[in-house]
Amino acid sequence: MYVAVKGGERAIDNAHAWLAEERRGDVAVPEMSVAQIREQLALAVNRVMAEGSLYDPDLAALAIKQARGDLIEAIFLIRAYRTTLPRFGASRPLDTASMACDRRVSATFKDAPGGQVLGPTFDYTHRLLDFKLMADGDTPNAPQGAARHEATPHITQFLNAEGLIQQEPASDATPRDLTRQPMQLPADRALRLQALARADEGFLLSLAYSTQRGFGRTHAFVGELRIGAVTVEMDIPELGFAIDLGEVTLTECETVNQFTGSKTEPPQFTRGYGLVLGQTERKAISMSLVDRALRWAELGEDNIGAPAQDEEFVLMHCDNIQATGFLEHIKLPHYVDFQSELELIRKLRAAVTAGQEAAE
Amino acid sequence: MDTQSLTGGFADAPVAAAHAFRAAMEAMARPGTIVTLAGAAPPAPLSVAAGALILTLCDPETPVWLAPSHDVAAVRDWIAFHTGAPLVAPAQAMFAIGDWTGLSPVTRFAIGTPEYPDRSATLIVDMPTLEPVGARLTGPGIRDAAALSLPEVQAFRDNAALFPLGLDFYFTCGDRAAAVPRTTRVS
Amino acid sequence: MNDQHYNFAYLDEQTKRMIRRAILKGLAIPGYQVPFASREMPMPYGWGTGGVQVTAACLTPDDRLKVIDQGADDTTNAVSIRKFFQRTAGVAVTTATPEASVIQTRHRIPEVALTEGQILVYQVPIPEPLRFLEPRETETRRMHALEDYGLMHVKLYEDIARHGAIATSYAYPVKVEGRYVMDPSPIPKFDNPKLAGCAAIQLFGAGREQRIYALPPYTKAVSLDFDDFPFEPTKAAGACAICGSDTSYLDEVIVDDAGGRMFVCSDTDYCASRAEGQP
Repeated sequence: MYVAVKGGERAIDNAHAWLAEERRGDVAVPEMSVAQIREQLALAVNRVMAEGSLYDPDLAALAIKQARGDLIEAIFLIRAYRTTLPRFGASRPLDTASMACDRRVSATFKDAPGGQVLGPTFDYTHRLLDFKLMADGDTPNAPQGAARHEATPHITQFLNAEGLIQQEPASDATPRDLTRQPMQLPADRALRLQALARADEGFLLSLAYSTQRGFGRTHAFVGELRIGAVTVEMDIPELGFAIDLGEVTLTECETVNQFTGSKTEPPQFTRGYGLVLGQTERKAISMSLVDRALRWAELGEDNIGAPAQDEEFVLMHCDNIQATGFLEHIKLPHYVDFQSELELIRKLRAAVTAGQEAAE
Repeated sequence: MDTQSLTGGFADAPVAAAHAFRAAMEAMARPGTIVTLAGAAPPAPLSVAAGALILTLCDPETPVWLAPSHDVAAVRDWIAFHTGAPLVAPAQAMFAIGDWTGLSPVTRFAIGTPEYPDRSATLIVDMPTLEPVGARLTGPGIRDAAALSLPEVQAFRDNAALFPLGLDFYFTCGDRAAAVPRTTRVS
Repeated sequence: MNDQHYNFAYLDEQTKRMIRRAILKGLAIPGYQVPFASREMPMPYGWGTGGVQVTAACLTPDDRLKVIDQGADDTTNAVSIRKFFQRTAGVAVTTATPEASVIQTRHRIPEVALTEGQILVYQVPIPEPLRFLEPRETETRRMHALEDYGLMHVKLYEDIARHGAIATSYAYPVKVEGRYVMDPSPIPKFDNPKLAGCAAIQLFGAGREQRIYALPPYTKAVSLDFDDFPFEPTKAAGACAICGSDTSYLDEVIVDDAGGRMFVCSDTDYCASRAEGQP
């Protein structure tokens, strides 16, 4: 006699035990510490912080360790943790003009106050495998320069001064909070930027690339890319002043886009904006291109139907935690719906066969 | 704010709120059914049941309007301390609380929009009595018909005619409550 | 015993209040999808996060919870969700449908009629019944607002023109109280008649899509059809190989390398209780 399949609980427990063993790998190889991941896989940590929307390098490193290096899984761990945290308040808007820049480059001006600072970039490395790293090698100390103490002005402010770039309307309104209110479409720019800031890097990269190739082309120059530490301040109403909570590292990108004018706007430069937690340069540049492409309606440009111009398409599909969950859920049992499809197909085929036989 | 406003909340908030919500949900799902809503000790003139609904459903995200009958310092302070809900004008309120006279005319409250009919006010009406007699109620949630001692009939007929827009009502008296959503036909 | 590191039923109180408000509006507007600020849960989107949030907002410590996936209590995801609530809410659990006060389900309605005092929570992947006809939320929201369901009727009519039958076998849309067209989640259309006039409260949670909707007890829910092509709840022709039921919804099981097959009840509690009653 047939007996119903059982054992789901035991199967899950066993799977988790095996997973833990695989995570550790060969025990003859020393275990990696969270501090090692934080220090030596810093760009992975930055991506997890950015897309996890939580600035905590230690937790991000822990998540990477627990996720066996699967960054989307690590981002998921951070998101699920983040959502349980109580909220004590909101910081003041960050002042990126006062950023202590580790890196600051502009593609639009050869030089400007603050200068061009390459910083710790892969840009001009020859992509040759460094076999010295196979062994435990000491790194040479990098030469040190004098720290710049004055603020580094934004490049776009020089265009502002001449009235050559579109002014962004200032607002003190509190933007909608994507994580506390359901997504509402059409979205405003503040909501779009929130969504893009935690969006999947790969998705944004491809969308941004598609605009460069003509699917919603906006011809972007990197007006400025800066990476560095910014102070986070919070107003304490009981004290009557703001206190420093600490520093976060951010990547900010402002693109300057060619714009020949439209029915509503004069010829001027326009901009796209990207701001991402951590050193996450590819993501910040991508974000600024996608932001600019999404602004077609506000600037009176034509909608050519490009994916990057489609707010609903971009915002509803940019989150890798939503995407991966729904994608992977199709491996869950679907016996019941599949059975109803089986019955339907059999019935429709029987009808066709009966019709053919009747015709013969 | 006197010390009275600091008391009268739920003793074990997660569990008390869970029980209160289940009662509130039963009431809304089965219009006319009288449920017990306890655990709150709000200042007069708020009933225990109205207090429990406020503790269960209101927070800084839910603007509240108090009808004149309930717009007293003790109630304002109690709501502020326990929920942080902002007090607003009737048209902006997600929850409006008071006696029937003070809440009328109810046409001043938000009834939602065709795209978002859920963006409508919920009224919490403190009643002198609440009994399963009087107006006849039919509609979703009611197998055959229910009866409830409503303050009047016409306002609820008018409200049901707005469906899918409209207001949803809780009626409270002591530690008892019943609900009449916009789907309920009242005669 | 519940895990003291988390609030009762995992979610913080403010999140529960937000979900509870959405549930109440859902009950007040049957079949209308209420937007809610779905939280990231410690399980993936698409695996029941909407149902889990709704269940978490409903549970009290006095509840007895049943979780089923494909009608079965022992499928891995049902096991996982049941464990989650045992751990975070400390609730009692059961597999017996009549003993459960809250039932979370994926893809089935239990065979045994539900009763007053029970709550059935559905996990919903795509809450929008019009989504596969019109991908844009901005458009489908307008259609619901205007009660413009022409597109759905055109789709069903085209099915008939092409196949001689409506080619939807699960997630078969219903019209609720003559107003909103609603997706009943991917239950087989066999289960559709149980949606209407049900004594229990039915709640639907879609986490990723951020929607909650509801059917109060004794609500009308009519499966869409045409006078000359009436709706037909269908199942495999056959009887369960374990309990012999020929009225319950059946799963097909392949039993040998030659493709031999047999049918067993999808509702494992129903099947087991029938099998026990037999000699």
